[in-house]
Amino acid sequence: MLRYILWRIMVMIPTLVMISLLIFTIIELPPGDYFESYVEQLKAIGEKADMQEIEDLRARYGFDKSEPVRYLNWVSGMVTGDFGYSFEYRMPVTDVVGDRVWLTILVSTVTIIVTWLLAFPIGVYSATHQYSWGDYGLTLLGLIGLAVPNFVLALVLMYFANIWFGTSIGHLMDQQYLSEPMSWAKVKSILEHIWIPVIIIGTAGTAGMVRRLRANLLDELNKQYVMTARAKGLHPFRVLVKYPLRMSLNFFISDIGSILPAVISGAEITAVVLSLETTGPMLIRALQSQDMYLAGSFLMFLSFLTVIGVLISDIALALFDPRIRLRGGRTR
Amino acid sequence: MNERPELLHIEGLNVSFPVLGGAIHAVKDFGMRIRPGKVTALVGESGSGKSALGRAVMGIETKIARITGCAMFNDHATGENLDLIKLPRDGRKIRAIRGGRIGMIFQEPMTSFSPIHTVGNQIEETLRIHKPLSVSERRESCEEMLKLVGFEEPQRVFDMYPFELSGGMRQRAMIAMALICRPALLIADEPTTALDVTIQAQILKLLQELQSQLGMAMLLITHDLGVVASMADEVVVMYRGEVMEAGTASDIFRHPQHPYTQGLMAAVPDFDRPRSERLKPLREIQVDTAGLMDKRKSEKVLPEVVLSVQHVSKSFATKQSGNFGFGATQKTIAVNDVSFDIMRGETLGLVGESGCGKTTLSKLLMRGLKADQGEVIYNGEAGPIDVLGARGDALQDLHTKIQMVFQDPVSSLSPRMTVRNIVREPLDIHKRGDRKKRQAIIRKLIHAVGLPDSALVRYPHSFSGGQRQRIGIARSLALGPDLLILDEPVSALDVSIQAQILNLMKDLKSELGLTYLFISHNLAVVNYMADRVAVMYAGRIVEIGSCETIMRQPVHPYTKKLLAAVPLPNLDHKLDFNTAGVSSASARKIWGKQFLEDRAAGDLTHIDLGNGHMVLARSNVDARELVP
Repeated sequence: MLRYILWRIMVMIPTLVMISLLIFTIIELPPGDYFESYVEQLKAIGEKADMQEIEDLRARYGFDKSEPVRYLNWVSGMVTGDFGYSFEYRMPVTDVVGDRVWLTILVSTVTIIVTWLLAFPIGVYSATHQYSWGDYGLTLLGLIGLAVPNFVLALVLMYFANIWFGTSIGHLMDQQYLSEPMSWAKVKSILEHIWIPVIIIGTAGTAGMVRRLRANLLDELNKQYVMTARAKGLHPFRVLVKYPLRMSLNFFISDIGSILPAVISGAEITAVVLSLETTGPMLIRALQSQDMYLAGSFLMFLSFLTVIGVLISDIALALFDPRIRLRGGRTR
Repeated sequence: MNERPELLHIEGLNVSFPVLGGAIHAVKDFGMRIRPGKVTALVGESGSGKSALGRAVMGIETKIARITGCAMFNDHATGENLDLIKLPRDGRKIRAIRGGRIGMIFQEPMTSFSPIHTVGNQIEETLRIHKPLSVSERRESCEEMLKLVGFEEPQRVFDMYPFELSGGMRQRAMIAMALICRPALLIADEPTTALDVTIQAQILKLLQELQSQLGMAMLLITHDLGVVASMADEVVVMYRGEVMEAGTASDIFRHPQHPYTQGLMAAVPDFDRPRSERLKPLREIQVDTAGLMDKRKSEKVLPEVVLSVQHVSKSFATKQSGNFGFGATQKTIAVNDVSFDIMRGETLGLVGESGCGKTTLSKLLMRGLKADQGEVIYNGEAGPIDVLGARGDALQDLHTKIQMVFQDPVSSLSPRMTVRNIVREPLDIHKRGDRKKRQAIIRKLIHAVGLPDSALVRYPHSFSGGQRQRIGIARSLALGPDLLILDEPVSALDVSIQAQILNLMKDLKSELGLTYLFISHNLAVVNYMADRVAVMYAGRIVEIGSCETIMRQPVHPYTKKLLAAVPLPNLDHKLDFNTAGVSSASARKIWGKQFLEDRAAGDLTHIDLGNGHMVLARSNVDARELVP
């Protein structure tokens, strides 16, 4: 087992190198760089750019060098913990992201927990009461949740929350607390705001999860071992929890791989609509303005989390399911 | 007559399942009794409602089923007399009886256990539910039970996962689970149908021993009259949910009254009947091969040997488990230096228990696997083809000449294709004729296996197992092959359907001039089908000869054991559990020493006993010593 984990970590290195190459190429693909689009922007609003300063910046960050050199600079910086400098914000990338990352994690974690708390009972109910009115009703509700785009839901909820509760719903807290240190008032303000994005981001995920749990559980419920367990005289609820429910959880564990990056990236579009102080809108802005270090480092971070997440879910699956752990495959 | 009251008395039992616009009546006004300490067999074809009856008694039938009638369970241990049907669903009373007083084992040992809990955990659970015992007492009791069902290392098995055990071993564990609370009644629902004959004999032996040892009654649900003859005290014959005939085993077998019972008996292949006598299935299929294949009366004189297999070997690298594929690899020899010829127009039977390498061999012949060494030559109209080395056009040509019919009629047909598409696929792949011509061929094929035109537009799931197997046969005939490899084509089917399919294959063979390699573990079936028989054990052919010789004068001890393991529907030929009920590995210890490998005496070779009868023995043994 330990050897397996070590081996998997080794394999991660070439994977990450491949990903970094891809990210770099894609960011470099559009013509020009941040400074050109910056100058264009200044021209558009009729201001004169200080060309000398820009040339200095260009030289300092190696933008006059060839692509391979710039790639190496970027990658070696990241390895030593230097994620580069955001031209847009005029400060190091770590500082730009730093504040937002915690809020993003907060929103995403609450969303995931709410998703699980809702999806589990609903999915189990739907599967055990297949084709009942309850199942049909919940299925319909779930399909609506899947079908309505998040940003539409965001707009609708924003409107009604404002009318009914009188609170301005955009943002994650009242603006006065934004740069303040943590306090009870700030926590209260966050709690007041957070339920809206959680509902909006969570609906589609919950609906999707209910569908998958229902389908997986239905497959398992018809298996012979369920009959065996009932023939032992086990209570029907214990049968459900111990055998089919546990068997149907494999998909849930493999999902962990995709949860980690989702926690950090936040739901971009929803965040833009609600002007949340999360990382999503920032990433979009950075990509638009070709803020190379900010965008590239952030994407790299997401990829890293994806790779780690997949590793964790693979290890968890092996711990959880002896078939994966113990079955030595026959070779042809 | 009625010295002790009945343990279970079923009367007027009805089980029906509501469907759109009506109901399916699985069990109709059913009555039977089970006496304490006796084995009662419930016999019927699949779909006769016998399993639904078992589940209804246990109260584990699906919620939508409507169950009426009464099933009085008279338990001596508690002195209670309960109507199982009237008890509240999943209530405390019925749950105490389930597993505690009535145990149940199922057909599929592969799926009856949860794969992610250990065997011990699942067996112990029954004890935990029904008996107030401490953890160590439970473990002790489980290990004792595991020992009783024949595990040599119960401590180790307790912590193993079900998928680490073979099918027969799993069925043993299943029996341990059902019997751990020493129930008064065991319901065994087709306990040996999924197992091959040698394992079946072992499990039946075990069941019989435990039944008399624990003094429990048993309801044995099965379609196999051979099993019934060897096990049952009383027999109930069921057809479409109704009792056709009931009585003691000797009444039913010696003087069957009902025509259905008589029909069932006639459908089982039997060694005592002459081989040329045709089996009488309950429903015969009309074969219509008109216009199908040009019956190939070619002017060329074709070579006598269709397929010549010479010294073929195949080994698998088995990885040691538990290390994520980093363990040392071990070699398992699946096929070991196998040689035989298949003559034009004959049926060669290949028999052996599961795991002996029969299926691996068939896959090698179909090029599904790559052989390690050896040579296989196919002699067709276009001259000899090297089967193992063929490439490109030669390989394509070969695929049209050798076709295969698989064991499992459910998984060998794609559920997403109509029958028309399934049968047409080989024609499409080999670009035979145009659209119109293909349609005509498909219709002829489907008529040849006795299915109507309307079958073409339906999907496989709407057919029964036997019908599906016929679709598989039609598909294999699409390209007009010379040689059909039939890999256990009837072992997943009921006895009555089995007779039907066997007759169909015999008819097709004689009408179309086919050659068969017929793989099976059941010697009675092979006896009915084959002209010559090869017996395989642990990757080697241990005996080969004409069917007559192998069946009447077997020489090799393994062949004798296989013959003894076939259950016959005849009370005078009950299974001899002393011979058949031991595992092949332990039976090997009592083989004559002339059949065992010995370094001093050199390797084993095939010794010719005349008339093409060969047996695997030490090379220094005289042929005369072997013939009894």
